Amino acid sequence: MSEPKTHASLRALFVSFFKIGAFTIGGGLAMLPLIENEFVSRRGWVDEEEMLDILAVSQSLPGVIAINSSLFVGYRLRGIPGALAASAGMIIPSFVTILAIAIIFTQLENNDWVRRALSGIRAGVTALILLSAVKMGKKVLRNWRSTVIAAGAFLALVLGNVHFIAIISLSAAAGLVFYGLKKVRA
Amino acid sequence: MKILILFLTFFKIGFFSFGGGYAMIGLMQGEILSHGWISAREYADIVAISQMTPGPIAVNAATYIGFKTAGFWGSFFATIGVFLPSFILVVVIAHLFRQFRENRFVSAAMKGIQPATVGLIASAVVFFSEMSIFTGELPIRHLFTPSAQASVFGVSPEGMLIFGIILLSVKRFKLGPIAAIALSGLLGILLIP
Repeated sequence: MSEPKTHASLRALFVSFFKIGAFTIGGGLAMLPLIENEFVSRRGWVDEEEMLDILAVSQSLPGVIAINSSLFVGYRLRGIPGALAASAGMIIPSFVTILAIAIIFTQLENNDWVRRALSGIRAGVTALILLSAVKMGKKVLRNWRSTVIAAGAFLALVLGNVHFIAIISLSAAAGLVFYGLKKVRA
Repeated sequence: MKILILFLTFFKIGFFSFGGGYAMIGLMQGEILSHGWISAREYADIVAISQMTPGPIAVNAATYIGFKTAGFWGSFFATIGVFLPSFILVVVIAHLFRQFRENRFVSAAMKGIQPATVGLIASAVVFFSEMSIFTGELPIRHLFTPSAQASVFGVSPEGMLIFGIILLSVKRFKLGPIAAIALSGLLGILLIP
């Protein structure tokens, strides 16, 4: 992960991530398969196993997952300039789109059609998030320990208004107590 | 000064956010609303808009809130703020990649954080339901502070109907998320008074 191995140009890195950033709607996780496809299958700049490592570590580091993975791929291929080119490609489409929406939206906020459409969308998003919570829950909550942590985080946030830094730190500490102190049986 | 606070707030969010996407909604909410930059309704709208636009939710939120609060430079520095922790961490970790991946304590901490993100997503469901299928805060929120109930709790029949239709079409008929958003917007125009 230290020496750049290919001749990927900064421009190509920027363009690849710009395309992924511009055409993936619905958040970071949706981008991961596209990143894999672009850099492993299409361009062949990163090998399969290394990409799996990159995506796994991107998800275990804090921060925006899509940005983390663009930084890793860029850094792996061209060092710090590569990381900057790749992440700029990832961020700029989103930045420009939202900036345009923010400018327009401040004028449309009181438009009746926009208000009603957004009310409908909020109800739709509630359904989407609920389905995602159930899906994630089925995957992750496999024993009483993880269920306790999930319930604790939920209640702390909903009932207690506990700050997110405290929630993340406490759940990491719970992980260390449950899984880190003794050798985990495989 | 405003710009500095924006930058620092999103830097904090970048440094302590795990789980991506929907988990970020619950995580950022308290921090962002505590500054009074935008209302809870507006925050929900930004998240809804994020579902229809390219890019990660946290970047979208940083850009939008930054612009709303302090114009172009606000959005610029808020976005840099959410990006910078990732940049620092990746440059540090890239050299210790394998060690990091295989470290016993890192993976134990991650095993704790992962279920917490499920709790965060579940809390985002509560927050969103209060903005759509219900009106006002759910009564359970005031279990420990009975006197603090600020808003009257009620049900929005139109919201409930749209919620049900979308739930059914995604679960039963495998409607994709973008189509689901478009459909719920259309239903909103038709049904919401």
